[in-house]
Amino acid sequence: MRPAGRWRAEVMLHGALILAAVVVLFPFLWITLAAFKTQIALLSGAVTFTPVLSNFRDVLFSKTSEYVQNFLNSTIVGLGSTLGVLVVGTLGAWSLRRMRWPLPVSQGLLAWAIVFQMIPPITMVGAWYVMFRTVGLYNTYAGLMLAHLTLNLPLVLWMMSVFVAQVPVELEEAARIDGASTPGLLWRVVVPVIRPGLTACGLLVFILSWNEFAVALNLTAKQTATVPVAIAKYAQEFEIQYTQMAASAVLSIVPALILLLIGQRHIVRGLTIGAIK
Amino acid sequence: MRHDRLWRAVTLGPTIGIFVALTALPIATLVAMSFHDVTWVQGLPRWTYVGFKHLAALPQDYLFRAGIVNTLIFALSAVSAQMVLGFCLALASSKVARGRVLYRATFILPILVPGIVIGAIWKLMYNFDFGVINQIGGLLGLAPRDWLGLKSTALLSVILVDCWHWTPFCFLLLLAGLESQPQDIYEAGKVDGAGPWGELRYLTVPLMIPTIVVTLIFRMIMAFKVFDEVYLLTGGGPGTATEVISFTIYRRFFTEDRVGYGSAISIVTLLLIAALIALAMAAARRWGRQP
Repeated sequence: MRPAGRWRAEVMLHGALILAAVVVLFPFLWITLAAFKTQIALLSGAVTFTPVLSNFRDVLFSKTSEYVQNFLNSTIVGLGSTLGVLVVGTLGAWSLRRMRWPLPVSQGLLAWAIVFQMIPPITMVGAWYVMFRTVGLYNTYAGLMLAHLTLNLPLVLWMMSVFVAQVPVELEEAARIDGASTPGLLWRVVVPVIRPGLTACGLLVFILSWNEFAVALNLTAKQTATVPVAIAKYAQEFEIQYTQMAASAVLSIVPALILLLIGQRHIVRGLTIGAIK
Repeated sequence: MRHDRLWRAVTLGPTIGIFVALTALPIATLVAMSFHDVTWVQGLPRWTYVGFKHLAALPQDYLFRAGIVNTLIFALSAVSAQMVLGFCLALASSKVARGRVLYRATFILPILVPGIVIGAIWKLMYNFDFGVINQIGGLLGLAPRDWLGLKSTALLSVILVDCWHWTPFCFLLLLAGLESQPQDIYEAGKVDGAGPWGELRYLTVPLMIPTIVVTLIFRMIMAFKVFDEVYLLTGGGPGTATEVISFTIYRRFFTEDRVGYGSAISIVTLLLIAALIALAMAAARRWGRQP
């Protein structure tokens, strides 16, 4: 192509991409602005307004708001289920790859993982609800953690089996010859090699748990409700506090935003490997 | 290599335990419950056998029917739009000399945000009185509309939100596919005098077919699960205009507290999805392999 044509193509491509970026970013910008408006300023639709912090203050510190508790609940459930699913899934993936399970077991488990991944969570939550209420796990951190662990286990099993397969077999054999026990081998040889995979997988799973709504809605009550459940409540009140809803929405995005800033590379890796492999 | 039976059990045991206790057992429970009425007596379930009553009632359930139809319309139209848009964006980002990382970081933002928050943001943006959509429409001379409250626009509005939410996901996977393509074929294409359109038609698209098929199936499966946005934006309304199957299950099982009947819908939905998956897998095997 002629240099002039090439230059023009580049400008057009950037034009299209910038337009798309504006479409992506605009709702975030709009909701952030709404969070700094008074209810009157929002309802009047004024373009210029004096920003206020009262919405954030009400959401975080008012006596009737439980948002801080919801935030804490989401963090506890997110961290607990992420840690749990990484341990269970990585051990399982390593075992399937390295412990010479008969083919029906390994293929069967991985196939079941895919099938379960495809099932809408709402179909499972009814059974979980009845089971958890029967054994006393309803409305507990442990119950929701177990549910999130189960939902994300197929993904972790698949992702980690990709990473575990990349650990050189010779390295594991050498460690065995040096007399390493199985836990020693896992901790000193396997985990250091797959650490980037664990990071990618962990970030993704934490975000999935943080965002999850359908299951959290039905397995929690007031004390254990997570952030998405709390935000959904706003929308159902008789007189919707629009600006507070906006403020709580903005606050709920902050953790994902921080994780994106720290680990964009890892998240992209997690999302693409989780889907493609 | 030494094979320690104990460590074999310890490493895979938890995975098997979770799958059995929290996926297989619940599905068996759902099957059992769909033949029973379940009521709660002092915090414990009491089961009463009712035979095929629930399953027989299903075909006449107008919500269930609307749920199936709307879920299909929703999944097909939303996912096709997302695939086309995502492909164009991925292609554009793969061609620019600089800024790809920045574009990608921007575009994946919606994937990382809770569905319920996306619902909240768009519910405010669609608002009849102060929503920005009507404001922009006003600037263009359009009369304000109650986008989510009208039968004619409600489903379309939800699909639009879903496109904003998930086009980035298609974009990301397709871009990963484009980045992993062998460059020498493109060099050869240039030598043979292929223009940009010829390159797209005869090299990029054929080479991308496997990635496209995988992305499409993946997104389809996710689209059948749609719940969060519908819950917040419309609650299935107006009437049954945006009733999707996940929402029907939620309504029957939890809102109306009909455990047995809700289980019956869940099981039938599972079977329908299993059939669709089998179909998709067969299609993928047929077309996914071609170079």
